[in-house]
Amino acid sequence: MADNKKSSKKKQIQLKGIPAAPGIAIGKAHVFGTEDMIPQERKISESEVSGEIDRFKRALAETRKEVLAIERRISKEMGVEHGSIFRAHLLVLEDSVLVQEVISRLKKRKKNIETIFAEVLNKYISVLSSAKDEYLRDRVSDITDVGKRILRNLIGAEERSMEGLHDKSIIISYDLSPSDTAMMHKGRVIGFATDIGGRTSHTAIMAKSLEIPAVVGLESITDVVKNGDQVILDGTHGVVIVNPTKRFLDKYHKEKKKLENLEKELVELKTLPSETTDNKKVTVAGNIELPEDVASVISHGAEGIGLYRTEYFYMNRRDLPSEEEQFNAYKSVALRIKPHCVVIRTLDLGGDKFLSQLEVPREMNPFLGWRAIRFCLARPDIFKAQLRAILRASAFGNLKLMYPMISGVGELRQANMLLSEVKEDLRKEKVKFNKDIPVGAMIEVPSAAITSDVLAKEVDFFSIGTNDLIQYSLAVDRVNEKIAYLYEPTHPAVLNLIKQVIDNGHSENIPVALCGEMAGDISLTMILLGLGLDEFSTSPIAVPEIKKIVRSISYDQAKEIAEKALTFSTGKEVQDFARKRLLEIVPDIAIELSE
Amino acid sequence: MEIRKEIVVKNKTGLHARPAALFVQIANKYQSDITIIKDDQEVNGKSIMGILMLAAEKGSKVTIVANGEDAEHAVKELEEILLNDMEPEKF
Repeated sequence: MADNKKSSKKKQIQLKGIPAAPGIAIGKAHVFGTEDMIPQERKISESEVSGEIDRFKRALAETRKEVLAIERRISKEMGVEHGSIFRAHLLVLEDSVLVQEVISRLKKRKKNIETIFAEVLNKYISVLSSAKDEYLRDRVSDITDVGKRILRNLIGAEERSMEGLHDKSIIISYDLSPSDTAMMHKGRVIGFATDIGGRTSHTAIMAKSLEIPAVVGLESITDVVKNGDQVILDGTHGVVIVNPTKRFLDKYHKEKKKLENLEKELVELKTLPSETTDNKKVTVAGNIELPEDVASVISHGAEGIGLYRTEYFYMNRRDLPSEEEQFNAYKSVALRIKPHCVVIRTLDLGGDKFLSQLEVPREMNPFLGWRAIRFCLARPDIFKAQLRAILRASAFGNLKLMYPMISGVGELRQANMLLSEVKEDLRKEKVKFNKDIPVGAMIEVPSAAITSDVLAKEVDFFSIGTNDLIQYSLAVDRVNEKIAYLYEPTHPAVLNLIKQVIDNGHSENIPVALCGEMAGDISLTMILLGLGLDEFSTSPIAVPEIKKIVRSISYDQAKEIAEKALTFSTGKEVQDFARKRLLEIVPDIAIELSE
Repeated sequence: MEIRKEIVVKNKTGLHARPAALFVQIANKYQSDITIIKDDQEVNGKSIMGILMLAAEKGSKVTIVANGEDAEHAVKELEEILLNDMEPEKF
């Protein structure tokens, strides 16, 4: 009997999955129905056939309406790229083969439409699920998702709802379809855990956008957890603990508190300026790719946009973007970020990102080849359309423009010549624009860094693009995993080049920004600050932390740290030194760093 | 008019997901009937389901058949999608 009593006390189970969205959630499990809708089979007579077809068409139309509504809502709340998931659903709905197959089977087999539709759907799902290719298997979830929606509209079952959800539920499910995830609002759902899925699955992407911790790919979580079980979900490390012991619970409550405190502090930082304790002010800006990203820049308290990548316009399409389309995007970004600045980088195609519509021949060394400003100068038709769009938008806010991958003053002059031609055209057309729009060069080629004294005389600002600068100065292909260990932002050669660019910029009284990954590496913030950097531009999420570091240190202290960093002979020594100093000066941020 | 063209798929991810969706959208612009044949399987080129079922991976041989007045144009444009190896998600 004692045994019996013991077994009623639930045993702690710990599962390891794939971390999909960071953070800790502690709450009650809500096992989300995996029950399939199984239609009741029924024979039908010849005269019922046309009625069943009508029912099918109505269900399709109804589903279409639902999918469009979700797409609109998600695009608005989470950005267009999330909404586009649902566009694939529409294609399935409109598929003539699927519809024809259902109708002809219905006529032949004379069974109710639910039964027929489920049969056809299952046939597709089973073939696709056995596909070798992972990408293809991922499409199964799209088809299942929309297929179930159609079935539900046929059967008239209730939508899988969030009714009966406890407050602070952790959703446990085999898989979550995009439309499931879309229904979950922040507040009641505090975490997701699923059996399947990867880091880039829809669930993971959505969870990250909703800022809800998630762990995916747990394989057997739905077998282990019962409704109402207590669950700890650690989305940072990909761990789920079911029915935790008191010891674990205490540990995670403490950990969670710590994270929350840090977050709260970072939120407070949003409105505070990024200046050192001795009042040296720097700018902490955000990098964006889409106009939609502006929201994140603002919500993380970034002071402007230090890098607006414009390649997006050229992706996923078969024609070139028009001047008008670009103008509208630049204008909307300029208006929303006002009074702060936006640095628009002109088209930076090439290397690993060439697009079909441009018909660029394959090259032996694409990263050393026809790319970025080199490409733009060779295609003034494309380049001038973009310059026109930027100039026109400059009448509506504080725009700056920046050329990528300048390797010497010749290219800069050529680009500026085209720019003045465009300005002249606009003047003739009596179109408004900022005639003094600041023009900058992106310093990402060693030759540009070394001749930055010359370049500085001909531009209004520099922005150091460290991803390429590191790749070129260390001769390390940044997508080659075999030599990834050589890719070192703290390599003394890189630090010296950065210093040189900053010093040369300052000698000509122009500000120097840094907009590569390195700007977001918080262990290097103090060194970069000490080298005299004027602006950090990074992924918006890193903005509050960088501000916090800037505000924790004096400029004199930072300069000392930078000077010391320059004396080391290896990147590893610099890295260790930087982490150690950060740990001393801003201990609570460094805790996160050490994990 | 019937135009047939045999093609080796070059897309990195084969003929699914985005390229398949693109293929269907383009195919639907044309009046011609469009069929894709791989091995002994034949599917309607205007159907996303059909194309996904082909599971044509990179390097597989497929034949595009277009039948109708605008067949020539259709095959030309559709061929490009299969030969194109852009991978826009990696930006």
